[in-house]
Amino acid sequence: MDQIAQYLTGSAILEITYVVASVLFILGLKMLSHPLTARRGNILAAFGMGFAIIATIALHRKDGEPIKNIPWILAAIVIGTAIGFYIAKKVKMTAMPQLVSFFNGMGGAAAALISMMEFPHIRPELIAEHGMANGHVLAILLGLMIGTVSWAGSMIAFGKLDGWIGDLRVKAMKYVNLTILAVLIGFIVFIMTRHVHTSTELMPYIYIMFAVAVVYGVLFVMPIGGADMPVVISLLNSFTGVAAAMGGFLYNNQAMLTGGILVGSAGTILTVLMCKAMNRSLLNVIVGVFGGGGESAVQAGGSIKEISLSDAAVLLSYSKKVVIVPGYGLAVAQAQHICHELDKLLDEKGVEVKYAIHPVAGRMPGHMNVLLAEADVPYEQLVESDEINPDLPNTDVLVVIGANDVVNPAAEDDPSSPIYGMPIVKARDARNVIVMKRGMGKGYAAIENMLFFNDKTRMLFGDAKSTLQNLVNEVKSL
Amino acid sequence: MEKIFSFFLDNREAIFLVILSVFLGIEVISHVPAILHTPLMSGANAIHGVVIIGAIIVMGHADTTGSMILGFLAVVLGTLNVVGGFVVTDRMLEMFKKKK
Repeated sequence: MDQIAQYLTGSAILEITYVVASVLFILGLKMLSHPLTARRGNILAAFGMGFAIIATIALHRKDGEPIKNIPWILAAIVIGTAIGFYIAKKVKMTAMPQLVSFFNGMGGAAAALISMMEFPHIRPELIAEHGMANGHVLAILLGLMIGTVSWAGSMIAFGKLDGWIGDLRVKAMKYVNLTILAVLIGFIVFIMTRHVHTSTELMPYIYIMFAVAVVYGVLFVMPIGGADMPVVISLLNSFTGVAAAMGGFLYNNQAMLTGGILVGSAGTILTVLMCKAMNRSLLNVIVGVFGGGGESAVQAGGSIKEISLSDAAVLLSYSKKVVIVPGYGLAVAQAQHICHELDKLLDEKGVEVKYAIHPVAGRMPGHMNVLLAEADVPYEQLVESDEINPDLPNTDVLVVIGANDVVNPAAEDDPSSPIYGMPIVKARDARNVIVMKRGMGKGYAAIENMLFFNDKTRMLFGDAKSTLQNLVNEVKSL
Repeated sequence: MEKIFSFFLDNREAIFLVILSVFLGIEVISHVPAILHTPLMSGANAIHGVVIIGAIIVMGHADTTGSMILGFLAVVLGTLNVVGGFVVTDRMLEMFKKKK
């Protein structure tokens, strides 16, 4: 009797912990969407996760059997924590997008592994009663498929953002991908319609399905251009959420179910919001082959004019209003600190300096804000592009540092351009434009930028960090 | 058809939960400012690390060497997702905080 009471208390406490964890996830996510509460929200969600993990290890029962192998589980958690903590602390802020992608992939892989291990353990009684076509089997197969695609896709996204995997742009890709997707769904139908006594008999198909899902994940991300990677990561993020929720179905576990679905739906909305910021549809991102094309500068008959460092320093120092448009080039050169030094210096000379932040500046929406915040640039100096655009005609100098597509007038002028319709910082409205750039290479979207050929524009070639350093020295010596 | 009905009856609580969670997820983040997109994505990324619970359950009932190894791997990967996700998000948000 005592034992039964103890057992009941244990499962009640476990379920209550799951409820608490779910509430903390929801609150955490809610608080994460407001600047003032974001950090606490994150910590709150982390506590929810901690409670759920501890309670599961201590109280979970499967057919009355407690969790075994606890030393091994703890060892795995210690290893995962050590590695995760180390990577998360060490990686540079510029590499943040690929890091999110990497961790996302880990979650997807875990979900896929769970499915693979649960499949041979499907109860024969369940199969005898319902056949293979039941919710349990479906949850396992979907968890395997979505988790694997998310893992493989995230790894490719990680490699692309890190620059060691290029794009694969072939028109036929979308048909290939649709075919593979159909094959994957075919596998699910095939496995669920088999008549078997035990699920172990079907394990070879599970391995093949896993392999096909890996191929699909790779090919799904391969043709998508680097500029669209944030959208893809966000999408894969919601995939992993759904894969985790499948685990929730499997174990009848409410914390996994709410946590997973919450991320699945929030992630989908976030993906759509990101697409909106770039004025593109999700479908266009996934199947569209992006980049290239557009008007060529030679045809337009423009020419490039350079500016010397000392001229640039004089121009900036005697301006009233300066707007800086930072891009990924600034971030990779790690030039955000020296950039802030320049704006402080100008500020001392009575120049008003603002930063124009395009929604997709950097590699992810909000990425540039994080980078500039890291360099201690005050929050009030960062202005979103929509808000600063009306102000630009009164701006003496607009300095573009390592940005390209977000100031490309083709988005307004050239209906044939792939970025046509994307909101931009209307750089050419400013009285003078200085563009700091490494060379005449095209931007991430590989489109010619007519701004560089504009009469108002002067180019300042070189690495963003050393150029800014030299500029700071010039301004100081004035 | 009968199968679908019985599936629905067996799983009606889970189905309810899924539907409500979908709306909740949409509602909770639909007014997020663009500057928080990256931290929010990262935070959501950490939350789906809840898959670690499944990994613990699998590992906790594993009895062959093969499943022990796979289970161990699943727990390590799940922990990576959870810990890495939350720590990275905190690191991003820490930078916004300083100014306030």
